[in-house]
Amino acid sequence: MSSNLDQLYRQVIMDHYKNPRNKGVIEDNALTINMNNPTCGDRIQLTLKVEDGKIESAKFDGEGCSISLASASMMTQAVKGLPVEDAVKLAKIFYDMMLGNDYDDESYDLGDIEALSGVSKFPARIKCATLAWKAMEQGVGKDEEEEE
Amino acid sequence: MSANEWRKLFPILDQEVNGKPLVYLDSAATSQKPIQVIEALDKYYKEYNSNVHRGVHTLGTRATDGYEGAREKVRRFIGAKSTQEIIFTRGTTTAINTVARSYGMANLSEGDEIVITPMEHHSNIIPWQQVAKTTGATLKYIPLQPDGTIDLVDVENTVTAHTKIVSVMQVSNVLGTINPIKEIAAIAHKNGAVMVVDGAQSAPHMKVNVQDLDCDFFAFSAHKMCGPTGIGVLYGKKALLNKMDPVEFGGEMIDFVGLQESTWKELPWKFEGGTPIIAGAIGLGAAIDFLEEIGLDNVLKHEHVLAEYAMERLSELEGVTIFGPKERAGLVTFNLDDVHPHDVATVLDSEGIAVRAGHHCAQPLMKWLDVTATARASFYLYNTEDDIDAFLKGLTTAKEYFGHVF
Repeated sequence: MSSNLDQLYRQVIMDHYKNPRNKGVIEDNALTINMNNPTCGDRIQLTLKVEDGKIESAKFDGEGCSISLASASMMTQAVKGLPVEDAVKLAKIFYDMMLGNDYDDESYDLGDIEALSGVSKFPARIKCATLAWKAMEQGVGKDEEEEE
Repeated sequence: MSANEWRKLFPILDQEVNGKPLVYLDSAATSQKPIQVIEALDKYYKEYNSNVHRGVHTLGTRATDGYEGAREKVRRFIGAKSTQEIIFTRGTTTAINTVARSYGMANLSEGDEIVITPMEHHSNIIPWQQVAKTTGATLKYIPLQPDGTIDLVDVENTVTAHTKIVSVMQVSNVLGTINPIKEIAAIAHKNGAVMVVDGAQSAPHMKVNVQDLDCDFFAFSAHKMCGPTGIGVLYGKKALLNKMDPVEFGGEMIDFVGLQESTWKELPWKFEGGTPIIAGAIGLGAAIDFLEEIGLDNVLKHEHVLAEYAMERLSELEGVTIFGPKERAGLVTFNLDDVHPHDVATVLDSEGIAVRAGHHCAQPLMKWLDVTATARASFYLYNTEDDIDAFLKGLTTAKEYFGHVF
C-alpha cells in the first residue's frame, strides 16, 4: 500500500466519513443548494442558515465517496459561525490546497480540513473534495443576490 | 497466438503505473491500440498526408485511396451491401445524432413513438429526447427483467403501430447484457418502425452482420476496437439514407453550389461535410485488419473465458454485488459493501489497476439499479487471467483498507 494512499485516506478523513458532522437538513427558512458531480453521480444537498451576513448553521445530506462526504462534513464544521465573506475566502484557500498550491494556513483555523491536503496528489479526486465547497459558495452567492 | 502474445503488440501495456505493472481493465471506455494501428497513423502523416477527393497530385490520390479503402474494410467488417451505406462520423454519438436529427426530425410527429430501453448509454437516450421534444413524439421504454435482460414479450407489448423508431444497444456497457437485436428488429419492422442499433460495445468484440441483423442503422466507434479516437461509423440502409437530408453542410458534401440553392453529392459523401477524418479512417482500417487477423470469434471466446473467471473469483469474495445477467459480454460491473466505487478505483489505481467508477453515462440505468455509481472492470483481447488475479488482489486490499472503518 502506497504512502500516498495513506495520505489520501487519513484517519481523520475516515472518521468524518464514518461519523459525519452536521448531517441532515435544516428545515425552516434555510438556503437549499442541490449540486451533483456529473462525471460520477455524487450528489449533495446543502442547507445553510445565514443571518446578518453570518452562516449560523450548515447541514448536508447526500451520497458520495469517502472524500466527498468527509469534505462536506468538514466544510459544514468550518464555516459555521463565519461571516459569509470569510467562508468564501476559506473556500479559496481550500481550492489552493486541492491544487497543490501554497495556501494560507494562518488567517483561519483550518483544523481537520488540512487532512484533505493529500487529495492534491490524486487529480481525479479533487472534484469529490470540492463539491461541498462549491455548493456553499453557490448558496451564499444566492443569498447575496436575494438581498440586492 | 494466445492473449499473452497479443498483449505484446500493445506498447502501452508494457509500463508501470504507481510502481506496479499496469493492469488495464477499462477497455469498455476505450481500448488500447496495437503497434500496427499506431504505425499506420505514423506512416500516413509521415508519407502521404493530403486532402482527399480533390487534389490531382500523387499524395492526394494515395490519401483518397487510403480513406476510401478503409470504407471498403468497414463494409466487409459489418457485412454491408455497399460502401455507399458506410458513413464516417466522429463516433457512435455523432452517428446516432445524425439519425435522430436527419431521419427523426423529418419523419416523426405528434402521436408517433420512439422506443428505447432503460439500459441505454446517454448517447442513445438524449438524441431521442430531443427529437421527442421537437416533434411532439413520445419516448417509451421497454421494461427490463430483474437480471437486466430484455424479454421479447415486453418488446411486443411496447412497440406499437405508432412506433416509428426503435433504438437499442447490442451490448450493455454496464450490465454486459447481449440483447436479441435480430428479434427486436423483426418486431420493429412488423410494426413499420426502423431499427437503430448502438453497436459501440458489440462491434469491437463479436462478429456483426448488419444484413443478418436486418437493422436499418448501426453505429459504432473506432476507439473501442483498437482504432484511434475521433472516428466512428454510421451504417444505414441505402434506401433510407437516400431519402435523408444531410445534417452538416459545407465543403466536400456538395455537388453544385449556386447563390441561392445547392445540391448534394451522392451517398455516402453527402453526410461527410468538411475535410473528413482521413487519418482516423486509415487507423480504423488498420484496426479492422488487426482484429480480422486475430479473428473476432477468438476475441469473443477469450473474453468469455475471462468474464467467467472474473465472476467465479468475485463470487469467492464476501460483500460483493454484481450487476447484470449471468450470460454476459466481457465486463463485470460491481460494488463492494461499504466502499464507494470511487474509493475502490483509487485503491486499485494505487496498485496499477485501471477500472472505471461512476455512472458509466447511464444515469437512468443507475436509477433502475438503485445505486448512484458502480465500479466496472472490462476486458479485451490483451487481458489475461493474471490481470484478473491482480484485480482480485487489489479488491481484497480495498476491502481490508476500508474494513477497519466500518
